[in-house]
Amino acid sequence: MTYSPHTDADRARMLTAVGVATVDDLFADIPASVRASGWDLPHPLAEQEVRAELARLAGHNRIPGVSFLGAGVYRHLIPSVVGEVIGRPEFATSYTPYQPEVSQGTLQSIYEFQSLICELTGMEVATASHYDGATAAAEAALMACRLTRRSRVAVSAGVNPDYRRVLETYCSGPGIEVVTVPIDLGTGGSGTTLPERAAQALGDDVACLVAAHPNFYGQLEPMAELAEAAHAAGAQLVAVVEPTSLAVLEAPGTYGADLVAAEGQPLGIPASFGGPYVGLMAARMASVRQMPGRLVGATRDVQGRKGYVLTLQAREQHIRREKAASNICTNQALMALAATAYLTAVGPNGLREVAELSTTQARHLVGALEAAGLAERRFGGTYFAEATLRVPDAARRHAALAERGIVAGYLPERDEPALGDTLLLAATELTTDDDIARLVDALEATR
Amino acid sequence: MSVADPPRTDASGRGAAFSGAAGGEELTVVEPLIFERSRAERRAVRYPSPSDRARKVASDQPELPASVLRQRPPRLPEVSELEMLRHFNRLAHLNQAIDLNFYPLGSCTMKYNPKVNEWAARLPGLAESHPLDPEGLSQGSLELMWLLAELLKEISGFPAISLQPAAGAHGELTGMLMARAYHRDHGDGERRTKVLVPDSAHGTNPATATMVGYETVTIRSNERGGIDLGALRDALGPDVAALMITNPSTLGIFEDQIDQVVAAVKDAGAIAYMDGANLNAILGRFRPGESGFDVMHFNLHKTFSTPHGGGGPGAGPVGVSARLEPYLPAPIPSLVQGDAAEVRANARALRSTPDARFALDDDRPKSIGKVRSCYGNFGMFVRAYTYIRSNGDAGLRTISEDAVLAANYLRVKLHDVYDLPYDRLSKHEVVFSGRRQKRQHGVTTLDIAKAILDRGIHPPTIYFPLIVEEALMVEPTETESLETLDRFVEVMREIAEQAASDPAAVKAAPTTTPVGRLDEAAAARRPDLRHAFPGEADAPEAPAAAPTPEAPTA
Repeated sequence: MTYSPHTDADRARMLTAVGVATVDDLFADIPASVRASGWDLPHPLAEQEVRAELARLAGHNRIPGVSFLGAGVYRHLIPSVVGEVIGRPEFATSYTPYQPEVSQGTLQSIYEFQSLICELTGMEVATASHYDGATAAAEAALMACRLTRRSRVAVSAGVNPDYRRVLETYCSGPGIEVVTVPIDLGTGGSGTTLPERAAQALGDDVACLVAAHPNFYGQLEPMAELAEAAHAAGAQLVAVVEPTSLAVLEAPGTYGADLVAAEGQPLGIPASFGGPYVGLMAARMASVRQMPGRLVGATRDVQGRKGYVLTLQAREQHIRREKAASNICTNQALMALAATAYLTAVGPNGLREVAELSTTQARHLVGALEAAGLAERRFGGTYFAEATLRVPDAARRHAALAERGIVAGYLPERDEPALGDTLLLAATELTTDDDIARLVDALEATR
Repeated sequence: MSVADPPRTDASGRGAAFSGAAGGEELTVVEPLIFERSRAERRAVRYPSPSDRARKVASDQPELPASVLRQRPPRLPEVSELEMLRHFNRLAHLNQAIDLNFYPLGSCTMKYNPKVNEWAARLPGLAESHPLDPEGLSQGSLELMWLLAELLKEISGFPAISLQPAAGAHGELTGMLMARAYHRDHGDGERRTKVLVPDSAHGTNPATATMVGYETVTIRSNERGGIDLGALRDALGPDVAALMITNPSTLGIFEDQIDQVVAAVKDAGAIAYMDGANLNAILGRFRPGESGFDVMHFNLHKTFSTPHGGGGPGAGPVGVSARLEPYLPAPIPSLVQGDAAEVRANARALRSTPDARFALDDDRPKSIGKVRSCYGNFGMFVRAYTYIRSNGDAGLRTISEDAVLAANYLRVKLHDVYDLPYDRLSKHEVVFSGRRQKRQHGVTTLDIAKAILDRGIHPPTIYFPLIVEEALMVEPTETESLETLDRFVEVMREIAEQAASDPAAVKAAPTTTPVGRLDEAAAARRPDLRHAFPGEADAPEAPAAAPTPEAPTA
């Protein structure tokens, strides 16, 4: 199967025009000593064959019938209309809008995306997107270093372990030290960042404190206090948030966040084994010239009509080269469009219902497990739509349930040894009463 | 608003690319913002209410304290599903795209994106697979990633692959972090602080070097468009960490001294990095991994046909030599049970290997760490795997042959009317210069690009590479028919003629697009980066810019 339209007659005509005898002559500039020795690749497949191969691989995944797995990636309803929008070839098969006259669709949709993210986060400016939540958080921390001209970063242990690993990698580049601020892991403790420990970590060389709300363990952090601690030390607060929660939780701009980073996957993007997703980043307008990544702005055309362009490009690699704010070029535009379509489809009432249903079902889930004597909350304080529960013999039972097609959330001990015998269980609006009943029965059966 | 509203156009006769837009907005707006279509209580999606039982059980759990609750709901648009769909469909109409017309954007490889790839990526077994599901439930996803890495190894000649980077520039960052980890591991980290980058390089190369804490040293090109070997040898020394070279280059030229370039870099103890953005020209002809390179990133959205999506998602896997393999990002999908040759052979025959077992190898002590969450842009892996299997060995060779043939065809058909500073065999693309039109008629490359827009074709990349004055970088790819290539030749010749006969007409272009030339300087001077709600002051102003050059391109 090949997608080349050329017939042998076409090729002959082109070779004659070019003035060479064979197609091999077009590769005469490759030195003989480094020409490919050959390769051993499979033969071409017809569409029915390649479909069979992909169906074979898809069939080897077992999509669980019941799942309480979140841990940063959440299964929400994706309205059909969202798929329709991002499936439009005018969006899917165009590229970075370098020619704005024929890219207004992409440009306006990005402007709407930036507007929606500002509105959700209560911030003044949002970028056109990043690779994912983890890289958005890492780039936000690097941005805070540029803004404060400081060279250390403090991160709460309540931030998603994957994000912390990516932050470490990104900071290792320019040699920025990452200090971890512990959370209260004691049984019955808050499960959140201790403001006094944060204050200790925030010396006069620390650029920012990165904290997640809700945090990886589902707990709500004292964000206003953390912002105060950061600001007292002349540092910035980077708030890592979950976007659907912002329908009901206070906007980061209100509690003092200077930078906001988030994974946009819950906004209409399938789990797809880890990607593509979309990273969200928002900031104050005063910081805009240190922001990494694309920005779209409104302007007028020669006849005074409103239109949109890529703007403030003097921050970017194609202009500034080694002096750029980041090396980011291609981002996640189509996934940003999915988030834009999702937020438009659900609207303020729909997003609130998603958040309320998710939190109600999470509390239903925790309440049902507690009532059955199967689990108890590992932490005090307040959780959102995900909770860390103490479950005796958690790892074994988690594996046993997986065999039956029930994924009993995530095992926090994979990243945090102090959280042995716990499960991190998430609910969304797709969690049914029946799912919860099945989990209760299955855990009962493995007691 | 009324369905009887006539199609809106303005005095110039253009306007919305569709008819019957909702009324009520300024005539100067092509499609209003979605916020302007919002009416309280309209909605597109409804959710069920929680059951009585759910409410009752939940009520015994702690409530969210008022202190954490939002005081004012976010002002998201409130629209019906149909209004929403029309809005986005209308926006779609304002875009040029591969699926509509020729899109020869140089260095971006805008080839056809086959639809079976989309079918595959949407298979529920793949699309609904959670990255943290127990490995036993994700064997299909893991096998797919392992098989794709095996294919990329064979295509590139590298012995090891990481699929994790999310884009080409992300692959560069990954590769250069590995280069640095290698030098540190060999006690050479403090001394090696410089990265050599040819002056024809993408801006991402020097920007990446900076992100890794390196200093960029620019190496000039020679008069033939290749790297100046003398300048390279002079710059190489014990303080050099790596050379980043794009091959074929951004001039569309294969570096015909590549063997000597790589040898010089290795002799100096530096890492040889190849930017693989232009791999589409050399499939089956040149394998960087067997030619001495240490590391290369692929752009799956270029060579392997995953859709560009208006600017992503892409995917930028890296291939590495044996000496860099320990530093690859973790985790890596691995075959932990079963014979690799047997699994590969079975997959060729569209069969599974009964006892094979795949897992994520995260026990890699020398790894540079993770460069993004999870394992990479998996949906792009599905598409690239589908594409490579569809094309197979013969198809992949044909891709490069036809892509190179098309670029050379355009070169010979146009080099009499546009200057060609480096008139040599082309690989994936050919870079013309509009300097003759500028000097003789005052018509710039920007004007030419806008005149191309009026003829229904997306313009080439312009003003890049920086070493070509008034550059027009044309990459036709292998999927455009001879008729399309001939039409492009006709358009380019017609514009060259018009530049001579009626330069004002070229400078007035475009006249047929949904909007005309946009005031980019005004956009940067007073940034308007989000919607201002009624009654709200405009967005706060950005601080004054340091005097920096604005974009040279449109």
